[in-house]
Amino acid sequence: MAGGMKMYGKHRLPGRLIIVEGIDGSGKSTQLMLLKKWLESEGYVVYSSEWNSSALVHNVTKRGKKKKMLTPITFSLIHATDFADRTEHHIIPPLKAGAVVLADRYIYTAFARDVVRGVSAHWVRELYGFAVKPTVGFYFRTPLDVAMKRILGGRDALKYYEAGMDLDLSDDIEESFRVFQGRIIEEYEKMVDEFGLVAIDATRSIEEQQAEVRRIVSDGLTGTKKTRIRRWVDLASLARGSQE
Amino acid sequence: MGRFSFFGEGLAGIDLDELKGKLIVLEGTDGVGRSTHIGLLKPYLEHHGHAVLHTGMTRSALAGKRLKQAKEGHTLGGITMSLFYATDFADRLENEIIPALRAGFIVLTDRYIYSLMARAIVRGSDPEWLREVYSFALKPDAIFYLRVKIDDLVTRVLQSSGFDYWESGMDMHMGEDMYESFVRYQKWLLAEFDKMVENYGFEIVDASRSVEEVFEDLRVRVDRVVARNGY
Repeated sequence: MAGGMKMYGKHRLPGRLIIVEGIDGSGKSTQLMLLKKWLESEGYVVYSSEWNSSALVHNVTKRGKKKKMLTPITFSLIHATDFADRTEHHIIPPLKAGAVVLADRYIYTAFARDVVRGVSAHWVRELYGFAVKPTVGFYFRTPLDVAMKRILGGRDALKYYEAGMDLDLSDDIEESFRVFQGRIIEEYEKMVDEFGLVAIDATRSIEEQQAEVRRIVSDGLTGTKKTRIRRWVDLASLARGSQE
Repeated sequence: MGRFSFFGEGLAGIDLDELKGKLIVLEGTDGVGRSTHIGLLKPYLEHHGHAVLHTGMTRSALAGKRLKQAKEGHTLGGITMSLFYATDFADRLENEIIPALRAGFIVLTDRYIYSLMARAIVRGSDPEWLREVYSFALKPDAIFYLRVKIDDLVTRVLQSSGFDYWESGMDMHMGEDMYESFVRYQKWLLAEFDKMVENYGFEIVDASRSVEEVFEDLRVRVDRVVARNGY
């Protein structure tokens, strides 16, 4: 046995894990992308943990959603399976290697979403007990109306589960989405204190938010491994400069 | 008051009072004859007028097929596999077992959460965590633990299908060859099952006897459970 199973908070890995949370349209992905650019230019080894889990698990999730086979418990479990795969393949190995791992959405998404679906808050927290505790978890706090304006119009049809249509909140998918997201926000707000999430006022300008994010992240980076890539970046910019 | 209860908080929206059937579990390690005995018990019970649902692992509509593929490719990590099995189990609990119990069936299940937990524990999962994960499960009416000693098990497996990759715990690199690995892995599993006997109220059935003797023993025990008035 390779050291047994580590539970939440017990991992001692040399890398750093930065995660962003918030409802759709909160601008969290934009902020994470900007953070990534900055970390790379600072010379850190950055690894983006995408939701590219193994095809097998992914296919079950996709099929279950398409055929509307999922109940609150199986919805929760299949996503936890997917997340476990992501943890075992895309989070723990790069953290062991000393990388700064970035994750767009994390366990708090599952906690909010599953509890709104009626799953026990205690149970879902236990279920994800194997997750690595993030170095910093940002919560992009957005009023529902602001987020709705950013999303609707900008995207294609809302999806069945994403809009919480399985909860029978409304026959109208947009209205269902609104009520569902409103409840998700309530759950996020409860988690800010519970998990020490760093709340960022996502109604401010992108630049202001990014400056705050970078300041907070840099405090957590002391002693983190850097590569020599920075020198290459510098050389490249020098080269460009000399040509001008 | 209904007869059934969950291990923990359980599933939302299930009225336990509506569950009229019986949930009977056959547990035990690989090759002890669980499926043979379920194959004998089912027609026996049906002969006596009971409707029977026979279910087992990796048979869910949701995840069963992919789970089997995952085992063949063995690329998934230990925690992922544990949760994949839990998903398969939950799907069967909600869509097969509970509806059958509601309809008054006798549900005979080939393995239950105990095998899933034992296999996950030997692969490094935390026992406390597993207990929490499976707290949505229904407590069965009876758990018959078909128990054998390791020597009997080796003979039995050699006489039937031979050593299998997973049943030998080959994913854990426990021995130089299938035989060594099988013995170590199955000993460990047996030890985990033995630990569960008291905690979960397993009824031990000595499975080293002949099929006829084991069946007769099981039949008497099953009759008792079926006759038991639940309230």
